[in-house]
Amino acid sequence: MPIAKSLRAIGRRSINSVWRLGFATRFLALTLFYSGTSFRRFHLTVKEIFSSGVMSLIIILVSGMFVGMVLGLQGYETLKRYGSESALGSLVALSLVRELGPVLAALLFASRAGSAMTAEIGLMKATEQISAMEMMAVNPIARVVAPRFWAGVISMPLLAALFSAMGVFGGYVVGVVVIGVDEGSFWSQMQGAVDFQHDVMNGVLKSFVFGVAVTAIALFEGFDAPPTAEGVSGATTRTVVQSSLAILMLDFILTAFMFRGA
Amino acid sequence: MERTTLDLWVGVFVVAGFAALVVLALKVGNLSTYNVSETYQLQAHFQNIGGLKSNASVRSAGVLVGRVTSISLDTERYEAKVTMSIDKRYQFPKDTFANILTSGLLGEQYIGLMAGGDDKMLQGGEEFKKTQSAVVLEELIGKFLFNKADSAQ
Repeated sequence: MPIAKSLRAIGRRSINSVWRLGFATRFLALTLFYSGTSFRRFHLTVKEIFSSGVMSLIIILVSGMFVGMVLGLQGYETLKRYGSESALGSLVALSLVRELGPVLAALLFASRAGSAMTAEIGLMKATEQISAMEMMAVNPIARVVAPRFWAGVISMPLLAALFSAMGVFGGYVVGVVVIGVDEGSFWSQMQGAVDFQHDVMNGVLKSFVFGVAVTAIALFEGFDAPPTAEGVSGATTRTVVQSSLAILMLDFILTAFMFRGA
Repeated sequence: MERTTLDLWVGVFVVAGFAALVVLALKVGNLSTYNVSETYQLQAHFQNIGGLKSNASVRSAGVLVGRVTSISLDTERYEAKVTMSIDKRYQFPKDTFANILTSGLLGEQYIGLMAGGDDKMLQGGEEFKKTQSAVVLEELIGKFLFNKADSAQ
């Protein structure tokens, strides 16, 4: 019976995914529970901030710069039609601070640092380093997972802020230096449009949420990966796919809460 | 525990991140234009505020002197009641005109204050007696059409 067979396959998949979700929730709760170690032995977290945050700096800064430059060009071309080139500053700054900064920085972070985290933990598991730690009565969640989690959560808002600042600079370079929009109106319109509480802080909050989501997904996928070469590569792919989807969906939800009716 | 070069890099990263936040706050955002200096409250009733929003600027001769703090409907007079906080450094005569103006053709609306000649100054909590509502484009077009029809006769 092909129908019964496919039904059974669907059922198995659904049960499996609910199972994994439950395991992921318990994993996240355990990570939070054991995160005392990552602050008491802060050098563990600092080391992870280096490998996930500092090493992502180049890609974040360069992409931020180019995104800002593209925004400057495209925005100028469109605003020119309505004779309001002077609004270029507010266009660039608002779109970066509210949306593009947090979202693009998180997407880049997921593919640059998230995938690395998954591969690292997956390989640790495949080479039985995790089991070895358990044998030595070292809690792998406290020693390996929690510092990486907090490193991601700390790095993400900083990276997003750097991305936005770089983007504004890129927009300034293209808009004011290259095209020749008036510098005074560029900055004053920007300052008139961007509210610190409403725009900047909400952007920071967004990137914080993305940081939690990306690192949680990356760490869980690594921890849950089948201990084979194929399993680790599949887990790495899933990390990038799932965290990108999570970022975009969370972004919609957060935007609906933050910026509606403003 | 010893200091390592790794610590230096992480420190640089954190400092750069916070510096970016400060840039966003001061250069990009409006935190620098928020005056922490002392303010006093003044009120005004308008027949129609158009698109005025709270936190809109209050200007006199083009100089920022305060911000709109709240807008509500006064159900006794069915007019908009606008409360604004004005910088303590600036005092205005009792017969000052409060107009709702627009910056540019499609820009934001703000309150413009035109000082009168009265000797007495407005105190905190008092009200601008002379106000002028926002120009609503539909009303303007309506008036224009009415005039046209009038002159055509």
